[in-house]
Order: sequence, then C-alpha cells, then structure tokens
Amino acid sequence: MRNLWSMMFSPGLFTESYMMNAWIGSSIVAILAGFVGFFVVLRGSAFIAHALPKGSFAGAAGAALFGQNTLLYLLIFAVGEALMIGFLGKKGRHDAGTALTLAFLLGLGALFLDVSNVYANGIYSLLFGNILGISTQDIAITGAIGLFSIISLIVLFRPLLFASILPEGARAHGVPIGKVEISFLVLAGLATAIIMPITGTLLTFSLMIAPAAAASYTTHRPTHAILLSIAFSLLTAWISLCIAYDTGWPVGFFVAVIATLIYAISRFFAKSVKRKRRLLNQSGRR
Amino acid sequence: MITKFLNFLLAPGLFQSPQVAHALILGSVVAITSAIVGVFAVIRGQAFAGHALADFGATGASGAFLLGINTLWGFIGMGLLGGLGMDMLGRTPRERDVTTGITLSFMLGLGSLFLYYVTTKTTATGAPMTIFFGSIFLVNPSIVSIVIILELVTLLLLVILYRPLLLSSINPDLAYTRGVPLRTVSLLFMSALVLTVEQSALVTGALLSTVLLIGPAAIAIRLTKRLGTTLLLSVFVGLVTMWLSIVLAYDSAQLPPVGRGWPVSFFVVSIILLFYSVIYSFTTKGSK
Repeated sequence: MRNLWSMMFSPGLFTESYMMNAWIGSSIVAILAGFVGFFVVLRGSAFIAHALPKGSFAGAAGAALFGQNTLLYLLIFAVGEALMIGFLGKKGRHDAGTALTLAFLLGLGALFLDVSNVYANGIYSLLFGNILGISTQDIAITGAIGLFSIISLIVLFRPLLFASILPEGARAHGVPIGKVEISFLVLAGLATAIIMPITGTLLTFSLMIAPAAAASYTTHRPTHAILLSIAFSLLTAWISLCIAYDTGWPVGFFVAVIATLIYAISRFFAKSVKRKRRLLNQSGRR
Repeated sequence: MITKFLNFLLAPGLFQSPQVAHALILGSVVAITSAIVGVFAVIRGQAFAGHALADFGATGASGAFLLGINTLWGFIGMGLLGGLGMDMLGRTPRERDVTTGITLSFMLGLGSLFLYYVTTKTTATGAPMTIFFGSIFLVNPSIVSIVIILELVTLLLLVILYRPLLLSSINPDLAYTRGVPLRTVSLLFMSALVLTVEQSALVTGALLSTVLLIGPAAIAIRLTKRLGTTLLLSVFVGLVTMWLSIVLAYDSAQLPPVGRGWPVSFFVVSIILLFYSVIYSFTTKGSK
C-alpha cells in the first residue's frame, strides 16, 4: 500500500517549494482556462484560442531580445493580438483575419529570435513552457490577473452568453455586441498571457479547448457545463503535474494526452447515450 | 547612377548564388500552389485546418528527426494522418472547429514529447529552430525535384476536382442534390491541402506556411468576385510577395546583426499584412 502511494506520489511532490508554486499556479490557470474555454467552444473560436498563445510567443521572444520581464511582454502581445483579431474580423469572418494576425506575429517572433540568436533550449522552453520554473512573484501576478479575469467574466456572463448563442436576438435586445466581443477577446488574451509561461505556447490551447468541449457533450446547461469544464481542466492539470514530476517529461505532453482522453470518453458516452435513447424511442413507437 | 541604385536594390551576388537560385525556384513553386489551394481553403472556411496541418507536419518532422529519416516524409506522413483524421471526426461545421482544435492539441503534445527527446537525447539541438522557422536558403538541393513533382501532383488533383469542389464549397446542398460525392471531394481536397501546406512548411518553416496559404487568397477574394480572376490575382500576389521577400532577405545581410540576414518569413508576413490592411481599409470604406 505504502509502495503504491509512493509510486503515485513520489517524495517531494507536495513539499518542495517550487512544487508548491507549480500547484498553486497550475490550479489558478486551470480554473481560468476552464471558464474561458466554455465560451471559446460555445462561440466556435478554437482558432482564436490557438492563435492568441502562439502569437504571444513573439512577445516572449521580444522579452528575451530586450531583456525585459517575460510576463509583461506576454500581456502586451496577447492583448494587442486580441484587439487586432477583433478589428480585422469586425466584418463577418474571423478566421482569415486571425490567420493573418497570427502569421504576422510569428514572423515578428522569428525576427526577434534571429536577431537575438537565443540558444535552442531557450526556444524550447518558450514553446513548451516550464511548469517547474514559476517564481513566487509570478504567482502573485498570475493570481491577481486570474482573479480579475474571472470576476470580469462573471460580470459579462449574461450578455456574453446571449451574444454567443443568439447574436441577432441579443442585438435586438440592445446588447452592444461589438463591445461584448472585444471585451471577451481581451479577457481571453489576459488569460492566455498568464497561462502561457506555465503550460507553454503550444499547449495553453489544450487546456482551453478540450475540457470545455468534453463538458459540452455531457450537459447543455451553461452553469453545469462551466463547472464541469473547470473540474475537467483542474483534473487534467493536476494529473499532468504529478506524472511530469515523476517522469521528468514535458508537462505539455501529459496535458494534451489527458485532455484528449477526457474529450474522447465524453464524446463516446454522449454518442452511446444518444443511440440508446433513439432505440428506446423507436421501440416505444412500435 | 543607375547601377549604383540597382546595386543598392539587389545586393551584389544575388543572381550568382546557387542558394538564391534554389530559393527562387522553390519559393515560386510553393507560392503558386499555396495561392491556388488557399483560395478554396478560404472559401470553405478552412483557414484553421490549413494552419493546423502545418503544426501536424512539425510534429511529424520532429519524429523524423528522432528516427533519422528525411523530414519531408515526416511532414507529409503526419500531415496526411492528422488531416484525414480531422476530416473524418468533424462532420458538421460546428463540430469541425472543436475537433480541429482537439486533434491539433493532441498533435502538439506529441510534438513536444518528440522535440524533448530530440533536444535532450540527440545532438540535433537546433531541430526546433529548423522545423518551426526553416530557412528557404538552406533547403537541401536533393529535395528540389521531389517538391516540384509533388506540387505538380497537387495542382493536377485540383484541376480534376475543380468543378465538384467549387460547387460543394459554395453550395453544398445543391451539390448534394446534383449527386456530387461530398465526402470524397472533401477528403480529396484535404489531401491536396496537406500536400500544399506540408511542402511550404518544409520550405518556409512550419510556423509561417499559413501566411502563404491564407494571405494572397484573402487579399484576392476581397478584390474580385469572379473565381478565375481571384485565382490569378492570388497567384500574382503570392509570387510578388515571395520574390520581394527573398530579395529583401538577401539584402538584409547588410543590416545588423551583420552577416546573418533577417528571416525571409518576416518579410513575407510583413508584406502580406501591409497589402491586406491597405486593401481592407479601402474595400470596407467602399462598401459603406
């Protein structure tokens, strides 16, 4: 029994000080990602959720070049990118505008890296993040921004939900759709900037999409879906952190695999439940 | 006077260097195919898929680095696997967005594991840089002919698909009643998209193939409504951007840091964005 326990939770998992930071940081981030993710999936803006962290990569590269605080640059770039996507996508389609914004920022990132000539490992940690390297100062900022974003989302909740599900109806009821959308994009940008240093550029997005998508298969009530999405994303983050600590493999890999697994299971269940209901209905009719 | 200006514009040695010649050939081939396929990708709302494919390719290329095979096959193999999987999983448009996202996040996770091994266990520490940012000047000359052949295959596929693809992109319901096999067309187009994106990812770097696919097409679509004109315009914008970028990148060796030059991809994205913003502001003003 004790062997199993120590195999699952190797010594130091909860006592090392940097692990404490990792636990707190990843929990804040997972809650926020689950919440924002609900709206991302509902609005069908997976591409934006992917583009925001990836474009902010340019910010991280810029911070490396100019030797400034990475988090500050991430915030500037993520929010700037969100505004640009909002501006280019004002008329109708978001996806081409998103693609162009993203590509431009990546080009800028490539230039920064080229000029500063950062060593390959530096790029690696920019792309894939490093959950074990969070300082106490970062935790404080992450917590503050996280709290701010969650409160803003709660305030925005009703108009945003309305505008996402029934844009025409919302407009008719006098909801300022443009403003609501831009605020949401900015909030997604803020969330991205604090999630990124922990899970890395490429996998911020897993934590935003997969838990929320899994929740959308399980329930149709918004509040349930949000709570479930947060629960899934916490579960994903915690399990990944445990295994990553044990194996030393990149956290992002586990986040992606576990989140995909949760999604696959709930999609499969939703299908089989639907099929069962259909069969029941058919036999009832006969 | 004129020669002085020309020397300033086109740095000496531009046309003598074999790297530049290869870059011009590959760049043109990739730009043409991307511009044509891109028009359909934008019409069908598959910008996200096009971008995701480049990332799948990056994962495949990292795997190829690990196994020690040519990265071209890594790019194409993983691209086909991911692309076809994505196409099968996302049947309805609403589902497509999320399934693309999930497939992408899984692939990125796998890619991060591969790259972790490549950078920690092998000597190829520069691999992430090569895969994500690639350099058109450093492409292995042996693959030039393979790339050209594959691009021709892609274009041929598009020519065959042209009419059913167009109908099913613009009006799927009508296409269905006319008996167009929608699933097959969608799968075949996805394969063409995979071939296009993966090769431009190989040549220009995975992070930047998106701009060649979407940029010229989005610009052309804003300017004209007729499909033939759109295709031509898209190819024109793609080619001009590519050539200009290669020349500028070659010239930029004189900028700091001296000797290394700025990446071609940076010039490509800047030129495209500039084009797009100008045209965007003009066309939106016109429509008001």
